[in-house]
Amino acid sequence: MNDMTQPAIRKKSVHFTLNGSALNIETRADRRVIDLLREDLGLTGSKEGCGTGECGACTILVNGEAKLACLMLAVQLDGTRVETVEGLAQTPDGPLLQQAFVEEGAVQCGFCIPGMEMAATALLRDNDNPSRDAIREGLSGNLCRCTGYVKIVDAVERAARDIRCCREEQ
Amino acid sequence: MRAVLTPGSLDEVFDLLERHPDAMPVAGGTDLLVRLRSQAGQDDRPLIPLADVKELHGISKDGTTLAIGAVTSFSRIIADPLIAEHAPLLAKAARTIGGPAIRNMATIGGNIRTASPAGDSLTPLYLLEAMIEIASQRGKRLLPIGEFIIGPGQTALCGGEIITRILLQPGGCFPCHCFEKTGRRRSMAIAVTSFAGMARLSGEGVIEEARFAWGSVAPTVLRIPALEKELAGSRLDDGTIRHAAQIVRESVTPISDIRATADYRRSIAGNLLARFLEGLRG
Ligand SMILES: Cc1cc2nc3c(=O)[nH]c(=O)nc-3n(C[C@H](O)[C@H](O)[C@H](O)COP(=O)(O)OP(=O)(O)OC[C@H]3O[C@@H](n4cnc5c(N)ncnc54)[C@H](O)[C@@H]3O)c2cc1C
Ligand code: FES
Ligand code: FES
Repeated sequence: MNDMTQPAIRKKSVHFTLNGSALNIETRADRRVIDLLREDLGLTGSKEGCGTGECGACTILVNGEAKLACLMLAVQLDGTRVETVEGLAQTPDGPLLQQAFVEEGAVQCGFCIPGMEMAATALLRDNDNPSRDAIREGLSGNLCRCTGYVKIVDAVERAARDIRCCREEQ
Repeated sequence: MRAVLTPGSLDEVFDLLERHPDAMPVAGGTDLLVRLRSQAGQDDRPLIPLADVKELHGISKDGTTLAIGAVTSFSRIIADPLIAEHAPLLAKAARTIGGPAIRNMATIGGNIRTASPAGDSLTPLYLLEAMIEIASQRGKRLLPIGEFIIGPGQTALCGGEIITRILLQPGGCFPCHCFEKTGRRRSMAIAVTSFAGMARLSGEGVIEEARFAWGSVAPTVLRIPALEKELAGSRLDDGTIRHAAQIVRESVTPISDIRATADYRRSIAGNLLARFLEGLRG
């Protein structure tokens, strides 16, 4: 525990792994994770849509669970494993998911897509054969103003199929 | 800049709260960080994250109580076998909260402390007669949820105290139960009106015991003990159901706001009970 008399409580050193690499950074204790990622670390894949938990554009995975970077403090990452959209292509199933979004035409302006893909990643790790309803539920915290969602659901359904297929081949 | 004090144990939380009486605990942050953002700059009270305090996490059962740590997320509650067995009504309500990421972050203790008339864990907790365990450096006390929540956003918590656990009776959930929430959208929407009901039947279509609770139709969750008493032993015919729904419409005191008018809420509150009672007839 830090003592209040030390100014150290306003600056914190935070250790975590980010997309597989260990990081140790000094940051303002009350820095939001979305600002830490975008402004301090230059990872602008995660978007800030609303800043209040409503849109899901800032969705990241913390210890494998989908969380909202706009409602987390940097200190809450200490000791965790963080995944953002920048690391997706290096994960076993990430490329298939991203390819499915492209091939199904699920991307229009693209603003919601990093959050959609992270939410979909969490869903597919949990359930590799989700129904369309389960996909809609898994993405229910993510808003898209462009696509009307149908093609996004198509893309996740296709990704699930491709991922299962790829496993069977191996 | 705001200070963030990071306790690793419950004793450290109490100690920090004694030394920094203005500090605010933060659990999932899904209410607090939204609120602080809207007041940016005007408030730099320190925060005390509770996430690393192991004593406040998890669900356990000893002979006579099921205990839920205050910092347990709704995702954990939904997935927990003890909850599925002893408090399935709470899991039903938890499934309707936010989207998956919100449920991974939002905690039951935060939901109770926020004391919103629309808090979705509250109606089940009123029916299951949850006891709220509160603690500070001075010791522990227990309050029934209906006494813990005083009004919208207001609770019986005093300075230096936090919610530590939510205590339920194993087997306290009746066999027939439902949670319903009416809103503009299915997910992420604040309930216009919510309803939790549970009942035990004695034979065909006769209520032995039933409990009902409504959210967003009064300053706090509403139960109508007189109606519950009256229905015990009643046969569920059309007349009884119509009468019960009418009593509900007369008992609720909703407000009109941007989400719905008071009249709409009043009529929905009656309809939700009628639908539950009709479902019990099979
Ligand atoms: C997009 C979105 C959707 C939402 N949807 C729903 C919904 O469908 N249904 C619903 O009911 N709510 C919903 N909420 C509200 C919120 O997620 C819940 O109320 C949640 O349970 C709050 O818990 P938390 O852990 O995030 O609380 P926090 O934000 O961490 O804290 C809330 C308050 O409680 C205090 N506190 C937290 N833990 C304790 C403790 N152990 N002891 C004492 N004080 C404590 C904090 O100091 C703060 O004042 C939603 C919020 C958002 C942003
Ligand atoms: S920016 Fe985080 S949910 Fe919208
Ligand atoms: S593609 Fe534009 S918001 Fe989803």
